[in-house]
Amino acid sequence: MPRVTFIEHNGKQHTVVAVEGLSLMRAAIDNNVPGIDADCGGMCACATCHVYVDAAWQSRTGERTAMEKDMLNFAASTQDNSRLACQIPITEALSGLVVTLPDGQH
Amino acid sequence: MHSTAAQSTQSADSTMAVARAQAFAMPLTQIDVSKPRLFADDSIGHYFERLRRDAPVHYQTNAINGGFWSVTRYKDIMAVDTNHAVYSSDWALGGITLFDEPMAERRPSFIAMDPPQHDDQRKSVSPIVAPGNLAVLADTIRARTATVLDGLPRNETFNWVDRVSIELTTQMLATLFDFPFEDRRLLTWWSDVATSMPGAGRLVPTKEARLAELDKCLAYFTRLWNLRVNAAPQSDLISMLAHASATRGMSPHEFMGNLILLIVGGNDTTRNSMTGGLFALHQHPAEFAKLRANPALIESMVPEIIRWQTPLAHMRRTALADAELGGKQIKKGDKVVMWYLSGNRDEEAIDHPNQFIIDRARPRQHLSFGFGIHRCVGNRLAEMQLRILWEEILKRFPVIEVVGEPRRVLSNFVRGFTHLPVRLPG
Repeated sequence: MPRVTFIEHNGKQHTVVAVEGLSLMRAAIDNNVPGIDADCGGMCACATCHVYVDAAWQSRTGERTAMEKDMLNFAASTQDNSRLACQIPITEALSGLVVTLPDGQH
Repeated sequence: MHSTAAQSTQSADSTMAVARAQAFAMPLTQIDVSKPRLFADDSIGHYFERLRRDAPVHYQTNAINGGFWSVTRYKDIMAVDTNHAVYSSDWALGGITLFDEPMAERRPSFIAMDPPQHDDQRKSVSPIVAPGNLAVLADTIRARTATVLDGLPRNETFNWVDRVSIELTTQMLATLFDFPFEDRRLLTWWSDVATSMPGAGRLVPTKEARLAELDKCLAYFTRLWNLRVNAAPQSDLISMLAHASATRGMSPHEFMGNLILLIVGGNDTTRNSMTGGLFALHQHPAEFAKLRANPALIESMVPEIIRWQTPLAHMRRTALADAELGGKQIKKGDKVVMWYLSGNRDEEAIDHPNQFIIDRARPRQHLSFGFGIHRCVGNRLAEMQLRILWEEILKRFPVIEVVGEPRRVLSNFVRGFTHLPVRLPG
């Protein structure tokens, strides 16, 4: 099973087991990682599962989708490596993935 | 509970049973969920329940609104809200409310625009409600909430809407606009006027009177704009609008549109969740007991209050192309109404949707803020205001008595209260 690490804005790390085929957002929610709100439940419709993908992993997590770009356009504190965790499906190739969380989900 | 209150609850229950029977016996073609009366007497839920079961995407024509589709299931609402390429918010097509204002009276605002103009204008103001700024506002909100609650009378009946809900949301708005604090009730007044229909016995008697009031609003804000556009940029909304490249060249008409958007967006909504939350707890004493035993439940109660109240009952779109929705054929130009209030009671999407449950799982999965690019920009501020209000209430008042029935707003858009009689034993 792939393992992924979320680093809260305050630096606290959470390494959790993720389920292949489910999203990175679900890995956070199902393991009670704080700082991912996921208001829309994974529909790419709220931008409250915003994460920063660690530089080493950006090529493997793929590109933003068109709707994801539209939603991230309105999120606070976005960076070039901003993604919505609900739009990153977990695969074995992502085992070891590290993402950082923003100061809040908006 | 007082015996009179118990009797009135029983009679309300039987009235509701009659309303439900009517809603389920009525021919579908006669069901018109846009009637404001159904919101004022709170019988609307039965009609939505019927439509979700029998006609979840339902076409209706009436004299006021013309023809329109009512979308009542959660997943169909989500499909419309997240498809801004097909379902437009453009004010020139009718904007985001069911009622089409005459063209000359329509005001552009970013909620009633499509990309890219929407995006640029929204981003001009959104930093004020971003997480970093909310942390800055929190102490002010808590201090004011404490003052308002400490100033409430004891052992006498007062209107919670006016003394608490309106007062707190109006103070918040005055801060966001850096609006003269002593004049802050003007913001409440203009918000109410903007969402009201003129008529005898209503808030404003005629269309002309309504427009005259809104002109006063524009004149007042134009004075503030002129002061701020010539000063260094500040962190208030007017200064942000006056200095941002996407908004500094707005016409007076467009300035007015965005003002009304921000005033109504920050006023009517949280106000009615502040009242609706207290009324919901009054109607569900077991939940109130759970809350008092464990104030940490405020965290999940706040989004549950916002779902339960659904302070804006609908948002409207206009189809830019033919589309299929819930098995129905939507035609280009059709008016499509997303009834958030109905989607928030859809049992296919929400467990036990007709129960108010302050510790439900995933309470934020509700439609009250909308979804997609027009999702409420102030959502986290609203949640913070409600969280602080309830934290401060629980510190102070071991008993809050709701001593009569609420009076509800006559509107199919703003779902709220004008009156909730409350008494604090002291």
